[in-house]
Amino acid sequence: MRQSNSYIIIFTLITTVFVGGTLAVTSILLGPRQAISIEYDTKSQILGAVMTITEDDDVLGIYDKRIVSFVVNSKGELIEKDEKGQPIVAEKVDVSKNFKLAPEDRLLPVFKYVNESDPSKVDAYILPTYGNGLWNRVWAFIALDANFETVKGISFGHLQETPGLGARISEDPVISERYVGKKIYNEKGELVSVDMVKGEKGQPLDPHHVDGMSGATMTGNGVNDMLKQYLNSYEAYFEKVKSQNVAGL
Amino acid sequence: MSTEVAAEKVVEKKSEELFSKRRKKLISDPLNEDNPITIQVLGICSALAITIKMEPTIIMSLAVIFTMVFSNLLISLIRNYVPNRIRIIVQLAVVALFVTLVSEFLKAFNYPMYKVLGAFVGLIITNCIVMGRLEAFAMGNKPYDSILDGLGSGLGYAWIILAVAFFREFLGSGSILNFKVFEALNIPYVNNGLMVDSIGAFMILAIIIWIQRTKTGYVEQ
Repeated sequence: MRQSNSYIIIFTLITTVFVGGTLAVTSILLGPRQAISIEYDTKSQILGAVMTITEDDDVLGIYDKRIVSFVVNSKGELIEKDEKGQPIVAEKVDVSKNFKLAPEDRLLPVFKYVNESDPSKVDAYILPTYGNGLWNRVWAFIALDANFETVKGISFGHLQETPGLGARISEDPVISERYVGKKIYNEKGELVSVDMVKGEKGQPLDPHHVDGMSGATMTGNGVNDMLKQYLNSYEAYFEKVKSQNVAGL
Repeated sequence: MSTEVAAEKVVEKKSEELFSKRRKKLISDPLNEDNPITIQVLGICSALAITIKMEPTIIMSLAVIFTMVFSNLLISLIRNYVPNRIRIIVQLAVVALFVTLVSEFLKAFNYPMYKVLGAFVGLIITNCIVMGRLEAFAMGNKPYDSILDGLGSGLGYAWIILAVAFFREFLGSGSILNFKVFEALNIPYVNNGLMVDSIGAFMILAIIIWIQRTKTGYVEQ
């Protein structure tokens, strides 16, 4: 049977309205639930830098209690409002979008992990970092102690590093454990970051290097560049807090 | 809905049972003799991409079965009204509708899995099995039969990728459903990197096809 053009056009219209309508309604109905899922995921990643999160943990509860967040710029100044005068929320800052800007223009969120019994004391500063791995983007939340010297933990994420090789940064807990206790400043007080070396030999290394990932040198290089770049961006903020000698800002 | 349609038909014809021999074949054929992956060699791309571990594979199987059953049903219901000249586009829209629904639900209720599978769930739209069944079966058959056909083809796809995923996770990561088997048994085992790579999937798939064709005696024309 060969239908007329007008029949086809009407059929197309009805199909479009039906499909579009169904999807629009679903999207609106599921929107709030998706927002919660994404919030949960972001907050688990942030907390993942300082603790191991299990499924039973009340992530949102712990987060509300222990994390104080704000945004600074590359000069270490606190930024509270964007250009339009809207308040900036650290959790809503899209690090991937800011990554595309020049380093001095980026918004830099800081997540303070405060002491459980004394909320005026800072246990760790958790900083988001973002960079390029071998195939696509990699990111990490790095936790530094209150003096910004020692790495207290790190949680990696990646988009599509090679499974079993580069993807180990997020899947294999051994990789992130290697960073714990490493120093980002050398004896001269210069910021040197922590580098992953080539090859995986399990050898003891100085406080500025960690063992590499076998077969994933390129991912390792991406991670090294990412940490170096972002720690440098945050350096002005580190100096500011240290010179004021207050655990604040 | 589906049972209503089926019930009507049984009363009308008084001949075909709910699970007649022909209908059972609709489900059982794609499992073995007419398997979409091993015989028709469709849907290989996703069979390679998501079978590194079993957990995402299970979710992917459910997503494909859901999409196949419901798009087969919907297309079959409207098959007499779909203009012939734009039928492929209509099929595509219907598949895309269900796939997007799956993706949205996954995003809302299992976000970690959404992050792992995200792109591949979207790619079910281009999975040749789904479109192939719509064009070859649902456009010419009644709704209930189409549901069975979708279910059969979906299950045929599912058991193959689950089998592949089982061996890849077992040999590649030394675990089954994230349970570290070798560690639990205290057997020293070095994970096989080849199995984690796509090549591992090709090899396991080839072995499954080999065993299957030896048994069924199927030969390519």
